[in-house]
Amino acid sequence: MSGACERCLRRARLIAQLAPRITGMLARGRRVPGLLALSEQDLIAAAGGRHKDLVRERLASFDPDAERRDLEAAGVWAVCRHGPAYPAQLLDLPDPPAALFGIGAPELLELVADGPAVAVVGTRRPSPYGTEVAYALGRGLGAAGVPVVSGLALGIDATAHRGCLDGHGAPLAVLARGPEYAYPRRHRKLHEQVSQQGAVVSELPPGTAAERWSFPARNRIMAGLARLTLVVEAADPSGSLITAEFARDLGRGVAAVPGRVTARMAEGTNGLLRDGAVPVTSTEDVLDELYGVGMRPPPPGGTRPAPPAEAGMRLVLDAVEAGSSVDEIVARTRASASEVRVALARLEADGHVVRGALGGWERAAM
Amino acid sequence: MLASISTFALEGVRSHPVTVEVDVRRGLPAFTLVGLPDRAVRESRERVRAAVQNSGLEFPLMRITVNLAPAHVRKAGPGFDLAIAVGVLVASRQVRPESLDSTALCGELSLSGELRSVRGALAAALGARDLALGRLIVPPGNGGEAALVAGVEVIGARSLGEIAGVLRGEQMPVPATPETGDPDPRGGPDLLDVRGQEDAKRALEIAAAGGHNLLMVGPPGVGKTMLARRLPGLLPPPDLEEALEITQMHSAAGLAAGRLIRDRPFRAPHHTISAQGLVGGGAVPRPGEITLAHRGVLFLDELPEFGRSALDALRQPLEEGRVEIMRGQRTLEFPANAILVAACNRCPCGRPADSCRCGANERDRYLRRLSGPLLDRLDLVCDVRPVPPVQLVDEEPSGPPSAIVRERVAAARERQRARLAGTPARCNGDMDGRLTRLTVSLRPEVATGLTRGRESGALSGRGHDRVLRVARTIADLAARGDVASEDVDEALSYRFDGWERMAA
Ligand SMILES: Nc1ncnc2c1ncn2[C@@H]1O[C@H](COP(=O)(O)OP(=O)(O)O)[C@@H](O)[C@H]1O
Ligand SMILES: [Mg+2]
Repeated sequence: MSGACERCLRRARLIAQLAPRITGMLARGRRVPGLLALSEQDLIAAAGGRHKDLVRERLASFDPDAERRDLEAAGVWAVCRHGPAYPAQLLDLPDPPAALFGIGAPELLELVADGPAVAVVGTRRPSPYGTEVAYALGRGLGAAGVPVVSGLALGIDATAHRGCLDGHGAPLAVLARGPEYAYPRRHRKLHEQVSQQGAVVSELPPGTAAERWSFPARNRIMAGLARLTLVVEAADPSGSLITAEFARDLGRGVAAVPGRVTARMAEGTNGLLRDGAVPVTSTEDVLDELYGVGMRPPPPGGTRPAPPAEAGMRLVLDAVEAGSSVDEIVARTRASASEVRVALARLEADGHVVRGALGGWERAAM
Repeated sequence: MLASISTFALEGVRSHPVTVEVDVRRGLPAFTLVGLPDRAVRESRERVRAAVQNSGLEFPLMRITVNLAPAHVRKAGPGFDLAIAVGVLVASRQVRPESLDSTALCGELSLSGELRSVRGALAAALGARDLALGRLIVPPGNGGEAALVAGVEVIGARSLGEIAGVLRGEQMPVPATPETGDPDPRGGPDLLDVRGQEDAKRALEIAAAGGHNLLMVGPPGVGKTMLARRLPGLLPPPDLEEALEITQMHSAAGLAAGRLIRDRPFRAPHHTISAQGLVGGGAVPRPGEITLAHRGVLFLDELPEFGRSALDALRQPLEEGRVEIMRGQRTLEFPANAILVAACNRCPCGRPADSCRCGANERDRYLRRLSGPLLDRLDLVCDVRPVPPVQLVDEEPSGPPSAIVRERVAAARERQRARLAGTPARCNGDMDGRLTRLTVSLRPEVATGLTRGRESGALSGRGHDRVLRVARTIADLAARGDVASEDVDEALSYRFDGWERMAA
């Protein structure tokens, strides 16, 4: 682990100290474009308020060794923009985070730096359709070895990561507060699973609470890390659209899942599509966008399962892909319900299909 | 003089022998009742006094003490009236004690001396048989039910006066004849009525064959209730022993209608039911719905709408096939071996996925109510989708009628009975983990299917035994001696262990 330099640790600590004050400024209606890009002294001048001197004093007495010891005690690693482990694509941001604090596998940052990662974001209140799609895409990307970046928020964020976990993929969560603490609390278990199978990072050191401004700030990091930002259901306006805007400003790809024109949760995504975002209806669409149509990266670790040899099994697989129920497959193949279920269980064991909604089946995204 | 009369207290669904001791002696006229009687029993003094007098008999103006023994058994209800009244007659020398040798009596008295039916007469007759009491006198409405028990002469008497006549030898007793009833001649609704739904029908057949619990998931109107109602008709009719058990449960709840129940029960309580209503209990413990569904089907529609405590209370009975109720130092046991069929939507509004407006939180909460140990006991999870309207109106009925499926189920159950002879289990669904592993062994090449199921995440460790049981049933339906890999695969396809993930 390469660690972070003193300057960057100090800057992160300063932002953590000022965090509640920045919220206060924004609440009073002041806008601070590029606030996070300011130098330390300018930051203090802008956000220090009446306590500027106190803040300066604390900054002067910053002890990097104590800070490193604290990190170690909290089980948190750090990388900074002066170190080799820092994902270089973040430097495209006008205000790149000085450091990233993280738990879980630091190697994941290298994977994200080397290959394309996809940010999957969306509403906290998805429809069942949104949930289903987010899960399938998360799982498909995970299985294809594409790191899935998300914010661990309720709804789409969490579902995409659950899919990624189930697809044995690499989830990378970016938090709006210190990385060691599961936020929201309902996602304690997910937070733990993501940190075990992937990593959880933040520009804020451990112990820093989330502030209102730190959510859009976190969104810029997600957009900065990912090659493509994919929005699954979002109202307009919404945090997910902010992430998409960051991605667009960085010249990164923006993709969206089409929704029903009458659904409020599709206004944001359909708006993105109207403005030229890439329409995504399957994992294949995302992979086409990342690697070129029909082109695929070498399979991660193992190999893709070979298509089933038996014609009957292929028939069942095709039917699952078309979204058919067991009964529809029965009608199409003239097999019995019992035979169809045997085939489904075998296709599942071979990794061709997965269980979707309660008791249903879908084609495993590859 | 002291009289001693045999009767029975109903404890849950079983009877407990009670001796009514009546002592009549000179003194100020008084009528006291001791031995843990409840209010209805204490009130029986007034009924007994009036009934005796209105039957042309003499109520002694003396000091009468009635003791109900043993004292620790809680006596509830009016069923002791008859024994107390006859005790008074014996103690006041109006009836000879020898006339009551090896005779027990149960019944409620009206003020005029008529006998009224009581709950649990069948349990009392079973108790009389177990104590080798040769004769049981009950109200006429209970005669047909009590006479089902062989080895006990049951007399259904209309009034206290008639009983006194019989005991004095002035009148011939009229033995009650067993009311064996008839199975529902229509045989219940038929599977033929359900168009399509091949997958759900297969799941029903497996549930019937092995006694496995089933969950159907799907939007309203797809036929979940319709399918569930057809499950009792897929089971072989109860044999005499089972019919007696079913009748005993209903009799204890006062629902037996005085005759043998020959049909498998189908109980479908509303989701507002309390835990006590579902599994039984109360100050005077009564059987709950799951006991009334014993040897039949318990259908819980809108499963997540049931109260948390009601769903939690179901866990033990589902696992063990019986309910245990603590009563002070004693534990009452209610048989509760029913097939649970549950139905639910995918979300609280129940609309199809593209028009649903439920938020993540609501859906989360809806499914979370289900998660956990209860779901673990649902062996078969089946996704039920709408049948296309054309198929509903146009097509000829598809699939076999209930009678054909019932034959296959009966054959599969016969195989299980033979294999499980000498164990407490009758069908695969009754087997506990140990018995499952003892009786279901997989050839190595078949066992790999299960291992792969676990590796692919389809199966949790807990689900392993349950899949084995269902696989055994599928093999029994196919008349296979050994479980084949397709049996394991099909069983796996019904197992759903992804609840936590669903609550995304
Ligand atoms: N597969 C089917 N075949 C025939 N009738 C059906 C079928 N599905 C639904 N119906 C009709 O629709 C009605 C409602 O079905 P029901 O069993 O109450 O659905 P659910 O319990 O799933 O809400 C039934 O009474 C029946 O008339
Ligand atoms: Mg219904």
